[in-house]
Amino acid sequence: MSKASRSSAVPAPSARPAPRRQVRPLGWLGPAIVVGGLVPIFGLIFDGYTGALGANPVQRAELQTGVLTLALLIASLICTPLRLMFGWTWPARIRKALGLLAFMYAALHFLVYLFDKGVFSGGAGVQTFVEDVVKRPFVTVGFAALVLLVPLALTSFRGSVKKLGFARWTALHKLVYLAAALGVVHYWWGVKKDHTEPFLYGAALALLFAVRVIWQGRKPRRKVGAVGKTTGA
Amino acid sequence: VGQAKKPLGPYDVPDAVTPYQQATTYNNFYEFGTDKADPARMAASLKPRPWTVKLDGEVKKPQTVDIDTLQSWFPLEDRIYRMRCVEGWSMVMPWLGFPLAGLIRRMNPTSKAKYVQFTALLDPKQFPGQRGNVLDWPYVEGLRLDEALHPLAFMAVGLAGRVLPGQNGAPLRLAVPWKYGFKSIKSIVRITLTEKQPKTTWSLAAPDEYGFYANVNPHVDHPRWSQATERRIGELSRRPTLMFNGYADQVASLYSGLDLKKNF
Repeated sequence: MSKASRSSAVPAPSARPAPRRQVRPLGWLGPAIVVGGLVPIFGLIFDGYTGALGANPVQRAELQTGVLTLALLIASLICTPLRLMFGWTWPARIRKALGLLAFMYAALHFLVYLFDKGVFSGGAGVQTFVEDVVKRPFVTVGFAALVLLVPLALTSFRGSVKKLGFARWTALHKLVYLAAALGVVHYWWGVKKDHTEPFLYGAALALLFAVRVIWQGRKPRRKVGAVGKTTGA
Repeated sequence: VGQAKKPLGPYDVPDAVTPYQQATTYNNFYEFGTDKADPARMAASLKPRPWTVKLDGEVKKPQTVDIDTLQSWFPLEDRIYRMRCVEGWSMVMPWLGFPLAGLIRRMNPTSKAKYVQFTALLDPKQFPGQRGNVLDWPYVEGLRLDEALHPLAFMAVGLAGRVLPGQNGAPLRLAVPWKYGFKSIKSIVRITLTEKQPKTTWSLAAPDEYGFYANVNPHVDHPRWSQATERRIGELSRRPTLMFNGYADQVASLYSGLDLKKNF
């Protein structure tokens, strides 16, 4: 079988040398991010099943999916600063995966919240949810962040950039900063007293934003350097 | 918990008691850390014996008393109480202890005594959470004198027939079941009768969110979440929160004429 296929393969590439599958550098990175990004879900399910989520598993799952959303959003926002600062282009290849994973956790966080409010068991659950969004700024900003992420997730597939045009696509995806900022505010307002963790996420976000602003300021010089490095690689 | 079925006492609720494991591993006790699992993890650093409690303020004769002496003054009794946390979850706790009223009477209040202030232990060596400034330490709480004299106001020294674990406030804590859990101060070292309304830790930390009274009230929302429902630990769906945590018949008269929306 292998012999046959080999013999048949021999004459075919006469026009061109056999196209050896191009091995992209760091080709494992994409799959690793996706697998690594999904592990916490199975962790949550497993912990829920074994009781390791503690006495209040719903609240724990709510918190963990929320924190994962923020962490992944911020991770997705590190990619551009890394390119601006060091000329690294490889992080841009995992940015989409990170962004989509963040959206997935945001959606899960929302589902757990809806479950918590009893939306799936009927009764006053839906009303409670609507009241929460309207009356409680803490929920309002969280929900707004999720809503902002929806168009970003929908336009993160192949062809979206072309359809929208690069400029419009880029402008749209700047919303991720707003969504992440609202996410941090949501977390800040959500904790009872200890603001350490929300502060760390906020600081990371502010830092990344600052890097963009500062490096954008020196764009011309930097751009030449970055292009040189890209073509060099 | 493995206790034989006992008939319910006059102050017991008929609800299923929260499993001991959950009641001792899911705790808010910022002196040990802000995570719910911190208290159980760090509780060994607290040394509940030897322990003294200072009884002072508007009393005829201030004194400092050893915890074992203090607890020997009263017959210990079981109380199955609901405990509703301001965060929207609840438990059913089988406390062991004595009514606060007995202790107050024994302190011999002067005519000036209008309030009771409670102070928790201040010792960053035993309470690692006190090394940070999450709250203004030591934790302080207070009750109006008539609230403190109500037969439901209880001093707990045990849980489920055993000595109180560190994470639940050893060796002496308050249990006021019609108020949010943060009123029930843990690891008490001082009880002071005062003329003026005492300061309380959470109302100092966030005065717009936590008041002096902190009565469980499904109609007065926390600014950031509804208080209409709660999750009973061990249950997946929420249940409606009851006025005064279900103790309205006993305690509502304490607050007649008081605007509970203003005095939250």
